[in-house]
Amino acid sequence: MNEIWAGIQAAFRLIVTLDPDLVQITLRSLQVSLSALVIASAIALPLGTWLAIRRFRFRRLTIATLNALMGLPPVVVGLIVYLLLSRSGPFGVLGLLFTPTAMIIAQVIIITPLIASITHQAMRELWAEYHDLLISLNTTKRQRIWTLIRDGRRTLLTAALAGFGRAIGEVGAIMIVGGNIDNATRVLTTAIALETGKGDFTLALGLGFVLIALALLVNFAIHALSRTEREGRW
Amino acid sequence: MVKHPMSVELEQAIITRRGTQLLGPIDLSLSGTGFTIVLGPNGAGKTSLLKVLHGVTRLSSGRVRWSVPDKEAREAQAYVFQKPIMLRRSVRQNLAFPLQLLNFPKAEIAERVTHWSGRIGLEDALNRPATRLSGGEQQKLALARALIREPQVLFLDEPCANLDGRSTLEIEKLLLAASTAGTRIIMTTHDLGQARRLASDVVFLLNGKVREQATAQDFFSAQQTEEAQAFLNGDIIE
Repeated sequence: MNEIWAGIQAAFRLIVTLDPDLVQITLRSLQVSLSALVIASAIALPLGTWLAIRRFRFRRLTIATLNALMGLPPVVVGLIVYLLLSRSGPFGVLGLLFTPTAMIIAQVIIITPLIASITHQAMRELWAEYHDLLISLNTTKRQRIWTLIRDGRRTLLTAALAGFGRAIGEVGAIMIVGGNIDNATRVLTTAIALETGKGDFTLALGLGFVLIALALLVNFAIHALSRTEREGRW
Repeated sequence: MVKHPMSVELEQAIITRRGTQLLGPIDLSLSGTGFTIVLGPNGAGKTSLLKVLHGVTRLSSGRVRWSVPDKEAREAQAYVFQKPIMLRRSVRQNLAFPLQLLNFPKAEIAERVTHWSGRIGLEDALNRPATRLSGGEQQKLALARALIREPQVLFLDEPCANLDGRSTLEIEKLLLAASTAGTRIIMTTHDLGQARRLASDVVFLLNGKVREQATAQDFFSAQQTEEAQAFLNGDIIE
């Protein structure tokens, strides 16, 4: 209990003093996770919506696979991305291993199925509601997808936030592909793992509280920006 | 807008689903003008007939033949559903939606939205979420959203079901105005009073087949079949 209290105090101290290391690590965490979120959303939102409205031969199998991929073990993803980006791998020439870009790639792979799957569930319901109208209005596939994404944006926001939550809290994959290099690829989660390993629980807990606060802050900020909670706003 | 009448013919139209014949065989010819009311008991195939004519339900066999090319015919039609489908948007955005799909200029969209919101008495509710309107208001909005494109043919599937007398009257006024302006209307209803008030001609369906097709005057004064007589008398027919 004392350690938790000490952790809260450490977090408070780190934030109030704007500890340079903390600021740098936090900004890198945000940079990596938000970049991954934007890229994954750009792939997953149209994909999930497309799966909701399109009928094709292996649709059920595709959806089942997508749902199964939600449970991808991050460590395995990290390992595969590591092998792909390592010097002897097919993309080794790009020199991306142990860079924030590699961490973003790993996070995109981890969160894309999650966002796409939640999107598909939500869009399936909205499509059932809109189906007759959009067919009657002779809309193109592109117009249907765009209409669903636009009108289902609240649910899609939830999907994106779920993806962000998974990305910002991820440690296994980014540890492998990022290497937890100080001033280069160290982020909050890998820093927590490092401090825990060193036995500095107070600092680890402090960073942990900062991580939780950050996740909450981003959630609130996105909700506020999109005005989703404001009564009557459309 | 100058409207050229679009007539339509159904030839041996049949819809079969899972081995059950839902509609047909139907041979039907509808002229390019007028106000057709499709009557019949539940399950007679009224909605299926409308959807087939509109092209949103495919025939198992037979064909629908418009007097203009299919693409042109589809673009000149609008459909109002029994339960109004409201986009999760404001009244203004619901009205603007069909025009935006057709890439109308913004100024014209704004002008038409203002005009139609006034016609349906929702000019003060333009920024309200459409899903929070009453049932009658939603149906008027759905009708305005269909008419805002100035369709040549308008299909309505029991648009006044579950509405009170006042809302029904308001919708009927809009429909008569559209009909007078040259819009071809094909509508289903269970309300015989409404059919008498609006119809120029009647198609009577039973068990997926056309049992009578006549002018409204002929249909309501001298039915040709016992089933139609029984239906108008309020008897239960099968």
